[in-house]
Amino acid sequence: METMIEGRPAVVLNPKDNVGIALSDLKSGDTVHVIIGNAKFVIKLLNDIPFGHKFAIRDIRKCDFVIKYGHVIGRAKVDIRVGEHVHVHNIESLTAVHSVCRGGGK
Amino acid sequence: MSGQSILGYVRPDGRVGIRNHLLVMSTVICSSFVTRRIADQVQGAVAIENPFGCGQLEPDLEITRRTLVNTAKNPNVGGVLVVGLGCEQIQADDLVGEIEKTGKPVEKVVIQEEDGGTPAAIEKGVRLLRKMAEEVLSQRPEEVDMSNLVLGVECGGSDATSGLASNPVVGYVADRVVDLGGTVILSETPEMIGAEDILANRAVSREVGERIVRTVRRWVELAASHNVDLVGTQPAPGNIAGGISTIEEKSLGAIIKGGSSPVQGMVDYAEEVRGKGLWLMDTPGYDIMSVVGMVAGGATLVIFTTGRGTPTGNPIAPVIKVTANPQTARKMRENIDFDASTVILGQETIDQAGERLFKLVMDVARSKPTRAELLGFREFMIHKIIPSF
Repeated sequence: METMIEGRPAVVLNPKDNVGIALSDLKSGDTVHVIIGNAKFVIKLLNDIPFGHKFAIRDIRKCDFVIKYGHVIGRAKVDIRVGEHVHVHNIESLTAVHSVCRGGGK
Repeated sequence: MSGQSILGYVRPDGRVGIRNHLLVMSTVICSSFVTRRIADQVQGAVAIENPFGCGQLEPDLEITRRTLVNTAKNPNVGGVLVVGLGCEQIQADDLVGEIEKTGKPVEKVVIQEEDGGTPAAIEKGVRLLRKMAEEVLSQRPEEVDMSNLVLGVECGGSDATSGLASNPVVGYVADRVVDLGGTVILSETPEMIGAEDILANRAVSREVGERIVRTVRRWVELAASHNVDLVGTQPAPGNIAGGISTIEEKSLGAIIKGGSSPVQGMVDYAEEVRGKGLWLMDTPGYDIMSVVGMVAGGATLVIFTTGRGTPTGNPIAPVIKVTANPQTARKMRENIDFDASTVILGQETIDQAGERLFKLVMDVARSKPTRAELLGFREFMIHKIIPSF
């Protein structure tokens, strides 16, 4: 399932994903060339993205699923725009007891 | 037969270890100090200081008893000295009776039965252990098929590189071990939350699949019953700093280290795994409890991936440390056995790194010491489910 991309600062692990992962410390304003399957596109980062952290490669609406590895890793707590840092401040687990999206408890 | 051989110690019950430890084990924390004093005086001896053994309700008592007995039965152990206090719930005689069934030498010393107290107990324990050492440490390992290997896979101090590279590399090795007829144990049930369906779909039967889903759900409900969110614990602060946002994300990255084989079954914490292939064990995600559970379950070798860098080991099983975080590989190089950051840097594929790690596994299964062994890391902690009474 893994597709590491040589010499690139970021990776998208599965074509279904709506987040990419920084493979080096990226800065707000940097542009990242993301490859999804055969498609390539350019994303301008809206925040600093530390090594290993996620950024949105598509707009994610509040309470929409966040997808990584081709699977659901949580839900957006707020609207997230392309290029934004995706992390604990704007997404929650489906197991969240104190859930913004009221889906809490699986 | 796989045609690949490792250096094994064949025990009287037919199980095969890759180390030959003399184990000194306390029944209760009250006899732990004596346990350590005895082990310190005999070359080749290792101490396990049991933190429980008294003040426990039956479900926990059973977990403690099972963990101690099955750890002593692990074929990496050649002989056992049980050290009791006398008045505790877990009695030395009960442990000795169970461990003896393996046919390996077992002795006991009980502090309250000795004339003089702890100095006398230490003296007697050292005498018994030295005598046992002559026999046990004379055993030489022999060439045995690598299908005898029981591999436990663990991840701790995870960051985003764990799911991206080190766990997939370990997954490659896990698949190789299963293909060659060996056994792999994947644990840490809370780190299956959100990924339970993937594992259940790979189960060999519907019953096994249902057990996986049911067991995972119990952990979710346990956290919810305390009105707490998992975030902050699962993932932990270091996981979050490393880019992991939710337990689902952590789980999806974690289960990859078990490889892609069919799931043969799921066992309870510290329960012996009796079959070949990939097995799940129901354990906490707390690393030491998880590794101890898998080793009690029969793991003779553990591969432990770590993004942030953790030095922990095990008293009786070699633990191979793998990181794919380039900074951790550099900063904690004295603790890391295998650098998988080549995958992150695009210098190696997962399969290439996996093949390289498989060679290291074979070396360790042929007596090469791991960093955790060389540095003396021997953490031991037993899972419990209710408060002490």
